[in-house]
Order: sequence, then C-alpha cells, then structure tokens
Amino acid sequence: MSSDKTPVLVIEDEAPIRCFLRAYLESQDFRLIEAESGEEGIGLAASHQPALILLDLGLPGMDGLEVIRRIRQWTATPILVLSARGKEQDKIDALDAGADDYLTKPFGVGELSARLRVALRHSALSAGGAGDSAPAPVFRCGELTVDLAARRVRLAGQEVHLTPIEFKLLAFLVRHAGKVVTHRQLLKEVWGSVREDQAHYPRLYVHQLRHKIEPDPARPRFLRTETGIGYRLEDGETN
Amino acid sequence: MATNADNNGLRPDPDALLALADREDRKRKRGRLRVFFGAAPGVGKTYAMLTEGFTQQAEGRDVLAGVVETHGRGETEALLAGLEMLPRVKAEYKGHELLEFDLDGALARRPALVLVDELAHTNAPGSRHEKRWQDVLELLDHNIDVYTTLNVQHVESISDVVAQITGIPVRETVPDVVLEEAAELVLVDLPPDDLLKRLREGKVYVPRQAEAAAKNFFRTGNITALRELALRVVADRVNTEVCVYRQGQAIETTWPTSGKLLVCVGPSPTSARLVRAAKRMAASQHAQWIAAYVEAQPFSPSDPRHNRVVQNLRLAESLGAEAVTLTGRDITDEILTLARARNVSSIVIGKPVRRKLLDVLLGSPVDELIRKSAEIDVQVIRGDAPGRPESGREGTARTGADGRAAPPDLRGYGWSLAVVAVCSAICSAMYPFFELSNLIMVYLVGTMYVASRHGQGPGILSSALGVLCFDMFFVPPRFSLAVSDTQYLFTFLIMFVVALVMSRMAAHIRRQAKAARARETRTLVMLSLSRELAGARGAEKLLRIASRHVAELFHCRALAFLPDAEGRLKEHAGDMAAFNVTPKGESVAAWVFANGQPAGLGTSTLPTSGALYVPLAGLTGPLGVLGLRPETEGALFSPEQTHMIETLARQVALALEVERLESESLHAQMEAETERLKTSLLSSVTHDLQTPLAAIMGSADSLAAVGEALGREQRRTLAVNIYDEAERLSRLIGNLLRMTKLESGTLKPDLQLQSIEEPLGSALRLMEKHMGGRKLTVDIPADLPMVEVDGVLMEQLLLNLMENAAKYTPEGSPVSITARGDAGGLEIVVADRGPGLLPEELGKVFDLFYQGHAAGGGRKKGYGIGLAICQAIALVHGGAIRAENRAGGGAAFIVTLPTPKRRPVPREDPAKDEEAL
Repeated sequence: MSSDKTPVLVIEDEAPIRCFLRAYLESQDFRLIEAESGEEGIGLAASHQPALILLDLGLPGMDGLEVIRRIRQWTATPILVLSARGKEQDKIDALDAGADDYLTKPFGVGELSARLRVALRHSALSAGGAGDSAPAPVFRCGELTVDLAARRVRLAGQEVHLTPIEFKLLAFLVRHAGKVVTHRQLLKEVWGSVREDQAHYPRLYVHQLRHKIEPDPARPRFLRTETGIGYRLEDGETN
Repeated sequence: MATNADNNGLRPDPDALLALADREDRKRKRGRLRVFFGAAPGVGKTYAMLTEGFTQQAEGRDVLAGVVETHGRGETEALLAGLEMLPRVKAEYKGHELLEFDLDGALARRPALVLVDELAHTNAPGSRHEKRWQDVLELLDHNIDVYTTLNVQHVESISDVVAQITGIPVRETVPDVVLEEAAELVLVDLPPDDLLKRLREGKVYVPRQAEAAAKNFFRTGNITALRELALRVVADRVNTEVCVYRQGQAIETTWPTSGKLLVCVGPSPTSARLVRAAKRMAASQHAQWIAAYVEAQPFSPSDPRHNRVVQNLRLAESLGAEAVTLTGRDITDEILTLARARNVSSIVIGKPVRRKLLDVLLGSPVDELIRKSAEIDVQVIRGDAPGRPESGREGTARTGADGRAAPPDLRGYGWSLAVVAVCSAICSAMYPFFELSNLIMVYLVGTMYVASRHGQGPGILSSALGVLCFDMFFVPPRFSLAVSDTQYLFTFLIMFVVALVMSRMAAHIRRQAKAARARETRTLVMLSLSRELAGARGAEKLLRIASRHVAELFHCRALAFLPDAEGRLKEHAGDMAAFNVTPKGESVAAWVFANGQPAGLGTSTLPTSGALYVPLAGLTGPLGVLGLRPETEGALFSPEQTHMIETLARQVALALEVERLESESLHAQMEAETERLKTSLLSSVTHDLQTPLAAIMGSADSLAAVGEALGREQRRTLAVNIYDEAERLSRLIGNLLRMTKLESGTLKPDLQLQSIEEPLGSALRLMEKHMGGRKLTVDIPADLPMVEVDGVLMEQLLLNLMENAAKYTPEGSPVSITARGDAGGLEIVVADRGPGLLPEELGKVFDLFYQGHAAGGGRKKGYGIGLAICQAIALVHGGAIRAENRAGGGAAFIVTLPTPKRRPVPREDPAKDEEAL
C-alpha cells in the first residue's frame, strides 16, 4: 500500500461507472476504495480514512442522504455526490446535509478532476488550521481581485464599490471558491436566517453583484449559476 | 276483418302471424311450463307429474326434482326414488324450521327440467319471492322447463267462487297470468266417488289440524262443483288455443269483437271482490279490462286506505287488468271520460252501501253514472261505491257515518267552533241595530270561510252550529231553541242548504286546486329533470340530479347504485345516511341489477324490504339501480307512481347511457391519439437513437479490437467521437424525459423570483461551444424586470431555442437573443438569419413530433420534441411562445412571460452602504 497515493472512496452500485472512475482516477495518482452499498461505504470510510468520498445518491438500500448524515457525524472528509439530471432537489438536500459538491451524471472527467481538486484543497486548508478564521488572503481570478482583509474589490484594476451585503456575499463565495453553494447556505450565512419569504434575496443580490463585477452579466465569467441549485465562484488563486 | 280475409283469398293476417311467431319464440327462449291441474287434493297430480318427469328422464333429459310433496304415499315415493332430488333450504320462521325450495340451487344446477310441486305454495317470510309461482317464473326466465301442480281453488280469479262453494276461504292463490303463461295445462281428473274412496282409504293426505275443515271440504257436492270448475278452466283454455291456432291458419274467426270492461275500484276491502268478478266477466267475454280509481282527495301515504287502494289496483294488474288512477273532482265524469276515450263497452261498479238519506241529499254516483252513461252498459255488483271510500264521498261521512275523524281535521273543527263564536259575538254587537235577516249573513260568511279553509266537515259543522246559535241567541224568544214565528224554520232550512252548498263548492274548488297543483308539480319536476339531465355531464352528477328529483316527487329518500370496476354494485349518489342501506337492501339491489326487474317494497319479489328498487336499464343492459325508500315507513307506491318511477328510471338510464357512450368514444379517441403519438415517437426516436448508438459502438469496438494498431491521434478522434455521440444521446433522452413529465402534468414548476440573465447565462455557457461558428449576440437591458420562473425549465427552453437556431441555419450566420420588458410582461426573442419558416409551418412547429422542414437543404431533421418542450414550458409559466419570419430573412421565436405578482424586496439603503464602506 503506497502512502503517496491519495485514497478516494467510491460508493456506487453501477459497475461500469466504477470501472471508468477507477481507470481515470488511478491514472491521476489516486488510490480507489470501492463500495457497492451505503452500509459498506460507511464501514470503509471508517476503516480506510479516505481523503475524499464519491457518493452516488441513487443507491439501492440505504438512501444516499442517510449515508451523508452518518458520515458527517464523525468526519469532515469532503463528499462529492453523483446524481442524475432532473433531481435538483436531491442535490440541494445532499449539499444542505453536508456534501461538499456535486456532479451531474453523465459527466466528463475534466469536470470530475476539477471538483476533486477544489474539494481536496478546501479540505487541506481547514485541516491546516486556516479555515474561515485564518488571516484573510487575497483572491484572484482573471481580472477580478478580492482582498478580504482590506474589504477591497477590483475589476481590471478598477475599484468596485459594493454594499456591505454584496461584499458579505462575495466574501462567502470567495471562501468557497470553486465549490457550489446553495441558495439556502447563502441565505443562512449572509442573512443569518432561512425565512421562506426571503428565499429570493440571494438571487436579487447575485444579480446586483454580477452587474458590478462581471464585464458581461449575461455571460458571467466569475460568478456562475448552478441552475436550480445555487452558485459557484470560479476557482482562482488565493494567497 | 271477415271481408278483408275474403278479399285476400283467406291469406293469414301477417300481424297475427308475427305475434304468434313472437309468442312461440319467447316461449322457446323462456323454458316451458306444464301445469298438472286438478279439482282437489288427492286426484293424483303429483303422481302424474312424476310419471311424466320419469318418462322425460328415460328419454335422456336432465330432470331435477326441485320440490315434491309425497305425503308419505308409497307409489309416489317409489317414483321419486328414480329422480335426482334437490336438497331443500332451511328457513326459520317464528321458531319453526321450514324447508323451502332452493331456487338458487336449482338455478346453479341448471337442469333441463325441474319438477316443482304445489305452485300456489307461499314461501317462508324472508325468501326471495313471496310465492312459489314467482320462483317458477324465474326458472322459466332462465330457460329451464318446469312441471308443476295446481288445484283449481288456487286460481286467483275463481278463488272467491271456490270460497263461496266450500265455505273455506282460500289464502294461497296463483294469478291467472301464470296459468296463461303455461305452455300446457294437463287435467288430472278423478270421478268424485273414486276420490272419496281414496280419502276413506287414507290415501289422501289430510293435515291433522285441518282435519275438520278438510272433512267439510271433501263432500260430494263440493267436489262435483270443483270438478266442474276445473273442467271449465281447461275447456276455456282449449277454446283459446283453438282461436290462436285459427288466427294462425287464417280460419275465419268467430272471436267476438267485444269492447273493453272497466271496473271502478276504491279503498274498500270489498273492492277486491269486485275486481275478481270483473276478471271473470272479462275472461268470459275475452275482453280486455281496465281497473280505474278516481282520486278525488289524495290519501296521505300513512293512511291505511292509501295502501288498500294500491293493493286493489295491484290485484287487478295481477289478474291482467290495466290499472289507471284518475285525478278529478267528479268521479262520474272522470270514469265516463276514460271509458269513452278507451272505447269501453261496459262499466262494472259496486252497489253503494251508503244510507239512502245521503244519496237523496248529495246525489248517488251510481244513479248519476247510469243516467249519464248513454251507450255504455253499467253493471252494478255487490261491492262498494265506485272510486270512493264509503266514508269518503263527503265530509259528513267523516264525522257522521262511521265516526272516524282523521286527526288532522280536528283543527278544522276547532276552527269552526271558534269562527261561530266570533260570528255570534259580532252578531250580538250588531243585534240592536240590524235586522235578523242581516245577522244570518255574518254566519254565512263565517261558514264560507271555514268551508274554504278546512274543507267540508268543518264547514257543515259551522253551518249547523251557526243555525243553532242564530236560533238560540237572536231568534225570539231569545236564549231558547224554541221558535215563536214558524217562518224562521224556513229561514233555518234555507241557511242550512246555502251553507251546505257553499261549503261543498268551496271544498270542491279547494280540492281541484290541490289536484291541479299536484299535477303541475309532477309535470314540472319531470320537465326540469329532463332539462337538468340533458345539461349535466358525468354519471355522478346525473345520478345526484335524478335522486334529488325522485325524492322530491315521490316523497321518499332516493339512492342510486352503480356497478364498480368489478361489476359489484355500490351506493353512488343520493342521501346515503338517510337511506340507510342494509345488507338485505344491497342484496335486493344486486338482484334487481342482475334480473333487470323491479323488486322490494310493494313488488312481489322480496317485498319485505323497506325500499323499492328499480333497474336503470339501458339498451345494452342494466347500468345501475335506483332505490326509493318512502318517507312514511312501509307506504306503498301506487301502480301509477310505480310506472312513473319506471319511466323516470328509463330517462335516467338513457342519460347515463349517452354519457357512457360519449366517454367511451372520447376514450377511444384519446387512445387513438396516444397510439398515434407512440407510433411517431417510436419511428422518430428509433432512428435518432440508432445513429449515435451505431457511432458509439463502432468507435468503441475499433478501439478495443485494433486500438494498438491505431495512431495516437486516431485513438483520440475515436474517443472524442464516442463522447460527442453519447452527449447527443443524453440530450435526446433528457428531452424525452422532460417532455413526458410536462405532458403528463406531473411537473410542478419551482417558481423563483430571478433575473432572466440567470437561466440565460447557464444556457449560453452550455450552448456556446455547440453554435458552430454562429455569432451569438445578447442584448438584455440592465433594468429588465425580474421574472418568476423555474430556472431549470427556463434554461431548457432557451437551450432548445438556441439548439434549434443552430440546427436550421447555415454555419456562420448570426443568432441574436434579446429581451424586453415592461409592466405587462417580459418578451424574449431568439432570432436567426437562416432560411426562415414556411408560412404554413408557423402554427405547427410547436406540435409534438412535428418534424421541421429541412430548409437548410440536406441538413438533418429534428425529433419534433425541442420546440414542443419550449411551448409546454412557456405554458406552465403562464406564458406563451410563437414563431415569426423576420423582415430581411430568418426566423424569430418569441417567448412571453407574465410579470410576477410579488415585487422585489426594498434594497439596502445606498447611503448607509457607502458609509459602511
């Protein structure tokens, strides 16, 4: 068992999917641990301590959502869920239950590798004691620069003026750059409430924010919409 | 008729032949009834029946002994031993265990011939039918032949004659129609002396408790008379058969062209005798006959007289009469109008039993009838007055003749006392100033008031009281009944007569008005029922309407039953709680549904049920059952009402049938449409699925088989090819799934207030790499109003429109997406500069599976799904989509969306924001 390969747990009942995941991930220097059911997956997660878990939501037997809840009881290991198209509510439930990101089947390996990278980096950051409380870094993505400590936002060198809530929103997205955040998470983190009558606040402020930080708001480059789920700030470099 | 036959060279009358053929046909389908008919018990009917049954069995027919009373006779028992016996069913009644004929067992066994002894037998209470002859009729209905036995004393129309001869009342009777139904009547005859000899030898079964009566019965004189009666019945029957045969053979008939007979029926028990007498007269004259009842004042259903009238009419019906109920003030006029309208030659009425004095005072209806009848014969028979209760002619009878005052009228009498008291008070106030002849007017007014409000009885009472008070208080000498001046006696007489006439007139008007109102209500209800039925849709609604009207019209609770998917009856519409369906009621309804005949209260089938059940019979078979439970427990429906109920049931059944046929044709239409969709889906999808699948399989196979031999670049091309084709498949399947969901209506849009930029942005990101060099320009104003949309669906809509533009326009041509909005709504336009749409295509491009005209020349055709999805999505958002050709070439697809009801929340205070920053 070579220790330099990162262990990844795949909980998926479909053999063809596991097959191509194995082929690709092993070529990318990951070590694959495979489980066919939720119960088996939970057991392997405890015994093998993987760096990341890929979980199919449409498992037979134990519900994928239940698997996330069980695993989240004792570990913060990033969980990526795999789910079919048209099951947006399942994905939102999974994300709200503690999953870190999702991939819609069918997906390409490029997308998979990007998600894995982001999830592992965030996991490493919080493990390194940095987390949300660490000294705020400066985020750069293309022409967009966000200095969290100075509360300063620049687009192509030009200072952008944001309202406090717009800034709070952007700051939260920067801290989760590359990862999806649900509307509900935004509402909870930025507005501190999950009131039903405020459910549209995130959309309103994202719209405002885009008109300030996106060169072409109809074709957003930084702040992407994950339709039916939430938003994702394009991954950038943080230092 | 004779001349007609002569002219035609004695050819058979085709109508008569048809009728004969029809009768033969019905008999053949129905099963044949043979009755072994005798004058008295002990003549050997059962023996004869068994012998014949045995012969039939020997000839190979399937014979079942349903019920045979051997009475312990050896030779009979010996015969029975050779036949299959049907076990009897046990019935409990008042602690006795009775063994009854097992009708259901016989029906289930389905033999060719059943032997059923003693046709006149009365079944144990709670059996399906009250009488055994009804069991036999049901067997015949199921095409099973029946042999049975019957004594002459049990024939309904002559049962009272038998009772007169023998002095023993006959309780168990069989209607004459059953006898007429019999295909064969076999007379089993034994000379009286031989019968008496058999009796002495103990060969005739005599129940112990009835021994004395039986001894009385078996006397030479009685038996001779009964034998004569039996012979005459059979002879009559033979005569009729000869006539029927002659008609068929066109032998000139001597059939008397006798007219009709009309018998007047009332609520009196003696009316039954009148009905039987009329039946005999009609039979002897081979005449049709009508039983008529004139309803001058309707009895309430709780009045016992109501049920007696109904029973008498029903008796007449069972004896073959047509029962008619007339409503009218004047019995004589009503009877004569009916008689003339129906070409009646002879009217039968009962002898009046009223006192002569009343006849002198009020006029005798019998005298009146005889006087006015002109060309019609009137036969007066011992019985009762026509059409009226002996107490019912006028109000006097209620208080006087039989002292039976109906409770509701007591109030009227109270009123007459009060009115007379008031009149007396007014008169005493007037007395000092007015002449006596004026005072009497006050009493007259009072009498008129009472008579018009409370009917004849109270009216006459107040007139009598008025005369008394007038005499007592005002005629000198006052305060004494003595009269000083004899001319006042004349005044009294006049006043009494005037009061009587006035009260009669007032009461008549009142009755007439009431009858007219009742008729009007009935007509109105019928009319409004048919109108409402015509306007209603859905079986449930039709039945609710019908139940309501029936309940209103017949003063009952009504409940409709319809079969469920498994064909079991279920209560469907109506007042279920009030109707209170018992398991027994349910079984009655089920029987009605299965047999298509009315049953329950007032009928001869399952009469112990508290409700009447009539079938809702459509052309193709029974559709349901309508139950009617009278508000007054146990009150019967009159034959007229029953007929009306049946008419109504037919009307309802017709409406139900129309409804069913309509829904069936609609269903068939929908199925055809679905079938068409399925076929076109299959043909379009099969092609479109197979193309990418072929590419994927071919590429993958090449990689697996000869991958090593291929160059690096070639392998990559194959892999990319697989990926692209799989992606195409994935999109197609996604579209199909979404379309299915949208079509089935299960997809509920998750509407969220948002900028249209959001779904558009996602769609652009997914689509831009597939635009194949077409320049995509987006023009959305920054202040565009928010919309309330489902992001996923809206993204799909925009994706499909862009994909559509990419598919049908040449590469490199520009595609523009613009949005405009105001308070009225939002408009999104996806426009291209391609070849555009044919004018006739504009309305059709959004139809499911409409395959676009390959205007691009040789470009691949679409699936006919994408734009259909766009339309479905626009519709679930309360919006619309349309296609236009652009000025200067190209097509434009315009989506309109409504503006949201909710306004966006107030924004942050910008001043404060700046401060914070």
